[in-house]
Amino acid sequence: MLLKHKAAPVMLERTKSILNIERRLFMKQTLSLGALSLLTGCDFASTTDEPNAADRILAAMSKWNDKAQAALFDPTKLAPEFTEADIKDPFPFNAYYGEDEVRIVDGATWKLELSGMIAKKDAWTLDQLKALPQKNQITRHICVEGWSAIGKWGGSSLGDFLRLVGADTTAKYVGFKCADDYHTSIDMATALHPQTIIATTFRDQPLPPKYGFPIKIRIPTKLGFKNPKHVMEMFVTNDYPGGYWEDQGYNWFSGA
Amino acid sequence: MNANDQKIKIHTLSVRLFHWINALAILVMITSGWQIYNASPIFDGIGFPSSLALGGWLGGGIQWHFAAMWVFVINFAIYLLIGIFGGRFKMALFPVSPRSVLTDLGKALRGRLPHDVGRYNAVQKISYLGVFALFIVVILSGLSIWKSVQFSWLASLFGGYDDARVVHFFCMALICAFVVMHLALVLIVPSTFIPMVTGWAKKTKHSNGENHAA
Repeated sequence: MLLKHKAAPVMLERTKSILNIERRLFMKQTLSLGALSLLTGCDFASTTDEPNAADRILAAMSKWNDKAQAALFDPTKLAPEFTEADIKDPFPFNAYYGEDEVRIVDGATWKLELSGMIAKKDAWTLDQLKALPQKNQITRHICVEGWSAIGKWGGSSLGDFLRLVGADTTAKYVGFKCADDYHTSIDMATALHPQTIIATTFRDQPLPPKYGFPIKIRIPTKLGFKNPKHVMEMFVTNDYPGGYWEDQGYNWFSGA
Repeated sequence: MNANDQKIKIHTLSVRLFHWINALAILVMITSGWQIYNASPIFDGIGFPSSLALGGWLGGGIQWHFAAMWVFVINFAIYLLIGIFGGRFKMALFPVSPRSVLTDLGKALRGRLPHDVGRYNAVQKISYLGVFALFIVVILSGLSIWKSVQFSWLASLFGGYDDARVVHFFCMALICAFVVMHLALVLIVPSTFIPMVTGWAKKTKHSNGENHAA
């Protein structure tokens, strides 16, 4: 049942990218599958470069989990908020590279590019973004690795911003491209969540480079890797955009 | 008259199906859970050998864990519903008094607890009830970790996200302890193994012929 998806164009795109994931994953998974194959007698550990049975099932289950999480997502349910005393100090740095490789973006020349299903595609400067109504949140950042840390971010509502620029909020995805070659994407429902913000401050100070200067999309209802830093471009689309980690096998929805 | 006269059916098909699906699901949940744990250990110096951690890397471990969880939870839920509403739990696992547990534990430790085919002693009853309780807590703490916002009320019952992880970890450790005991007892009394495959056990002088096992 899980494997039979309607062949809508979006799903085809996703299937392609998931097959790519499988190819990248299978060597790693094969190593620890020997024991399971022995137990079940199934040919999980194929020796070709094609996705094997286990990879196909796991990819299908991850897609199923995206749907299950979208169904569980309550657009009005707020992430718990904490007090200043709960803030983790120093707040952990995390990226796919080391802290010595943090990208330094020039805030004076930086502009947020807009593309895709957005009516007003004019780029936004940092000052323009900071002139929008601001709000703060002290929320828990949960890493896919399991650790968590409470931090304080301030900025403008992403949902309000999307409506302001005439984004098609009936579209499926909002994608982000970053200065550090990172990219990720989220579902529209999460983009419109009241706590999803275009963060420009951390602990009431301008966002430091290691936390994503000039802007980080702070999404307390998602795992940390779904919160992109140094965002250069935002786009709205119905074509599954994937992401840096998602393309390697992390679950796409990854909602908390 | 024939061989069946010396055999009694002690495990129904639904019990056997539950048992083996559950065994495989637990194996995948624990070994993939070790992979996830290793990405950010809760306790310094406590980790799991990567050769025993399923998935090859964190992303693979997560895929296994969140695929097998459906098998584990749905299988266990069906088993609980059949066990509770079908009356089997009441018959096989109750009553279990603290006194009977102590008495049977004492006998077991002195090697004098007879294995009564088709009927659980008090130590078995409390062990199975205990591991079922562990399953419930491991599921709820896991749900708190996975959906700490959507089920924030549940996470706060465990003391918040970080403490839910600790609870989840200790449930795993206790389930591992159960599995070790369970397998050790099967090795000590190997005649209990075949009935979990075929359903049928040979009668012993202790058995009373009633179908009492869960």
